This record gives sequence, structure tokens and C-alpha cells, in this order.
Amino acid sequence: MTTANIERIQVDQSIKTRRNTFARKVRNSKYLILLFLPAGLYYLLFEYLPMFGILISFKQYSVFKGVWASDWVGLKYYTMFFQSPDFLKLLRNTFLLGFYSIVWGFPAPIILALLINEIRNSAFKRIVQTVSYLPHFVSNVIIVSMIVMFLSPSAGLINILIQKLGFEPIYFLINPDYFRTIFISSGIWQGIGWGTIIYLAALTTVDPALYETAEIDGASRWKKMIYVTLPSIVPVIIILFILNIGSLFATSFEKVFLLYNPLTYETADIIATFVYRTGLTKGNFSFATAIGVFNGILNFALLYIANFLARKFKEVSLW
Amino acid sequence: MKKKIDVFTIVNSLFMLGLMFIMLYPFIYMINVSLSSQVYVLKNEVFFWPKGFTTQWYKFVLSDPSLLRGYRNTFIYATLGTVVALVLTSMGAYALSKKHMIFRRQLMLALIFTVLFSGGMIPSYLVIKQLGLLDTIWAIVLPGAVNTFNLLVMRTFFEGIPEEIEDAGRIDGLNDIQLFFRIIVPLSKPVFAAIGLFVAVGLWNDFYKPIIYLKSQELFPLSVVLRDLVIAGSVQSVHTGSNLAAKASGGGGGDVVLESLKYAAIVFATLPILMLYPFLQKYFVKGVMLGSVKG
Repeated sequence: MTTANIERIQVDQSIKTRRNTFARKVRNSKYLILLFLPAGLYYLLFEYLPMFGILISFKQYSVFKGVWASDWVGLKYYTMFFQSPDFLKLLRNTFLLGFYSIVWGFPAPIILALLINEIRNSAFKRIVQTVSYLPHFVSNVIIVSMIVMFLSPSAGLINILIQKLGFEPIYFLINPDYFRTIFISSGIWQGIGWGTIIYLAALTTVDPALYETAEIDGASRWKKMIYVTLPSIVPVIIILFILNIGSLFATSFEKVFLLYNPLTYETADIIATFVYRTGLTKGNFSFATAIGVFNGILNFALLYIANFLARKFKEVSLW
Repeated sequence: MKKKIDVFTIVNSLFMLGLMFIMLYPFIYMINVSLSSQVYVLKNEVFFWPKGFTTQWYKFVLSDPSLLRGYRNTFIYATLGTVVALVLTSMGAYALSKKHMIFRRQLMLALIFTVLFSGGMIPSYLVIKQLGLLDTIWAIVLPGAVNTFNLLVMRTFFEGIPEEIEDAGRIDGLNDIQLFFRIIVPLSKPVFAAIGLFVAVGLWNDFYKPIIYLKSQELFPLSVVLRDLVIAGSVQSVHTGSNLAAKASGGGGGDVVLESLKYAAIVFATLPILMLYPFLQKYFVKGVMLGSVKG
């Protein structure tokens, strides 16, 4: 037998064993595959098929021709978006809503958690927590309904108070100057309590010896809060901050869509709502998809960087 | 130990009372107005308790067919959707929690990728349309049924169940499917409850999918009906200037009648969450902890 032959036999065998192990793996996990099948099908149909549908942003999508047969147009719709007067406005609005949400909305739960942590009476503490979590479970539709009612110029609670103080009623919802303030302050009302959960959990792990030492040094409660409690949750704060940055451009469609109207588009219209109107109201599917892809890539890049930083930070902090 | 009440405690307690007031008063105010009679609402006299107690606004609300239908639809979507989500998510999570699952790592990566990137609104809409799901209950129940975060939480939970428990079943000749349904599911009630609750609340509050995928009024859930009644109506009246017109014609009579009715509708829609929340709150908090443990 020549060496070449021997080699060929060995190669044959290794292919065979590889095939065998593959077949055995399939056989071993056949019931697991069956269990996974519905979820797998879900991901294919509702997650990956839409990703494939991004193709239409490079085509002149026609409902009659379908995705495949529609004509290619290259980057036409992307350049169209970048050159449109709406581009900068949408980018600015999307960024600023996300940015102000972080600037105002991120520190709020931290401060509240520090203060809740100082409550000594455990029953009172529990009540405060329960009450402050509540708005988190109220839907955006109800929140915006409440906003619209309370800010109504004729009979809204806020305008009743403004009038009682002797001022003219303010048309909050049709003035673009107020949109961001309304959106962000109501967002804080919705999320401040729920946001404390993770910090309060982190605070339970603080070493009591640190407080005792501070006590001996004569630190006041305020000082202990600033110099002992706060530093102990800094790692959690940093991780959550990084993850928040990751969703800077991902302001959700729902609340903006419910709260805005044509008179406030100037500050309220974000990429997601513009995509809705362009695609589903006007029927420009290709153009709308291109805009959506732009936003998706932006989100992806930010999330990816954020994730990378968070992982890096976690490793560093562990050592 | 002596208990001393310092300035810090007093200020902090006052702050907390203020916070609770801000959190609760909007709901209390709405309930008050919705239970008050027109005269007092018109005079802007209702603040801390109902004046001229009446349930007439709720009678209007309860006799409104679209609101009731919305309620029924929301209930159906939330129930069916939660069941579908739990079945798909738990089975998938179990398969991926087992080391002998083929392509386990690759599948995990494929799932996690969907968190980072998605096709977006329009391609998703076109897929739903192509599948013939547009304007059906399935357009509400199926998209979003498997949430990758929930799946990861479940997978972590299943991985924490000791192998020995399953080994006993394996010796008795149970295959993976039987193991899952007879041994794992009964052991995993807490994780099913926690994720089920979050999914149910999400579906109950959902507005995005109905507004994008539904066209027939008979299918509208409560969220869409309420939006048409309260929000769209108000903005419309601002556009046509009817608010102003009503104000000019003395006190805004017609509009305020509607205000009480709208408040009644909002309270009616918020009631389930307001009533169930105190009992479910601790499970929600537990659910969050379940998710954050793995980090």
C-alpha cells in the first residue's frame, strides 16, 4: 500500500467520523430541535425575514412586482434622505429627545434611590416604593391621555391652576417649544420609581462597617450618603449609563406618536414617526425603509460600542 | 438605643410624601372629576373629592359599544398572547439551555443579533402583510411573542436546575420533551409567573402593533379606542378651533361635559392595573431581580 493510499483512507475515515458525530449530535438533540422549532420559526419569520426585506430600500419597491422583481435603484433613497430638508431636523429631534431623557431622566432614579435608602421606617419605605413604581405600569396611551386632559387650555387641571393664579391659559400641546419638556418630564414621572429598583438592590450589599467607620469619624447622615452610599453604587451607575447611551437614538415610536401633532412636528417629529408617515400613510415603502435602516444602523453602532464599553468596564472593575 | 428624629429625616419624609402625592394625585383627580356632576366641574371646583356625586359618566362609558369591545379585544389579545409567548419562549429557552443541543452557540448568537439590529417598521409590516396576518388577531399575538431577553432569563433559570433531577427522569426513559413538560415546567413556576406577568402587561398596554397592523374597528383593542376618544378628539378640536369657540361662547359648556366623560373612560381603562397592581407589585420586582442576577 502506498503512503498516498494510506493518507486517503485516513482522510476518508476522518470525514466519516465527522459525519458520524454530526449525525449523532442531530440524533441526540432531535427532541430539543423539536422543542426549539416554534421559537426558531418565530425568529426566521418575524426577525430575519424583515431584515431580508431591507433589500427594498435599494429598490423601487412595487406592490405588484414584489420584493424580488422590483427594479434596483442603488442608494437613491439613502441620498434622497440625506439631502432632504427633513434629515437634519429629524436627526436633531431624535438626538435631543434621547439626550435630554438621559440628562434629566438618568440621575433622577439615582437620587430617589439614595433618599429611599435613608428611610428608616420599613413600612413607610415599602409604601413609598409601591407608590412610585405604579406609573411604570400605566400604558403610554393612558399617560398621554392624562397629559392631554391636564394640559387642555379650557378645562385642564394645569390650566385651571394657571388661571387661578391670574395668568392666561397656555396652549401647551400645539406649541413646539413645550413638546420636549412635556415628553421628558412625563417620562421621569413614569420611570423614576421603577428605575430605583436596581440601585436599591445594589445598596443592600454595602458593607455596614463602612458606615460605622464614618460614624466614628463624626460624619453626618448627609455626608455618609454622599461619601459612603453613593460611591458604593458607582459601578452600577456607570454600567447603566453606558447602556443608556446605547439607546440614545432609540426613542420609542409610541409615546411620540401619541403626543405629537402637525403643529409640533418642528421639535417632536423623530425618525421613527417620520418613517411611519412616509411608509404607512403615504405608501413610500422604499424611502421609508431606507430611513429606518439608517436609524437601525445608528442604533446598532451605539449599542455595539456601549456593550463593548460595558464589558470592558466590568472586567476592569472586577480586578 | 435612642431614637432621634433629625432634620434630615423630617425633610426626607416630607419629600417622600410630596413624591407620593405627585404619583397618585393625577389618578385621584381623574376619579374625582369622573364621579362629579357637571355643575361643579364647569366651575372648576373639583380638586380633592367628588362634588355632586354621580355615576352617570360611567353609565355612558359602560353603554359605549366600542369601549366594551375594546376591553374584550384587549383581554383576548393579552391572554392568548401571553400563552403563546410563554410556550414558544420556554421551549426555545429549554432547548438552548442543554449542552447537547446542536448548534447551541450559533443559535444563541443568531438570537442575540436580533436585539442589536432589526428590519424595522416597514419590512416587518410587509412581512406581516405577505403572511396574510394583516388585520387579524395573529398580527397582535405573534410578532414580539418571543422576546430575547425573556428567553435568556428563562434559559439561565433552566440552567440552574440541577442535572441530577433530570437524570432520574432520563433513567425512567423520558426523552427531552417529556422531561421538559413533566419535570422542568412544574419546577419553574416562579419564572413562568414573572415573565408571564411582564408579557401580559406589555400586551395589555400595547399600542404600537394595533396601530400598525389593524384596520378593522371590530378588532381595535382598548388602547386604540381610548386614543381615538381622548387624544385624537382633543387635537382635532384644537385644529378646528372648537375649544376656542366653545370658550368664547361662555365657559366652554359642551367641551366640559365631554371632559368628565373622557376622564371616566380613562379611569375605566386604568382600573384593572390600579386594582391588580398592589397585589402583583412584589412579583414584578422579583421578576426584575430574576433578570438582573445573571449579569
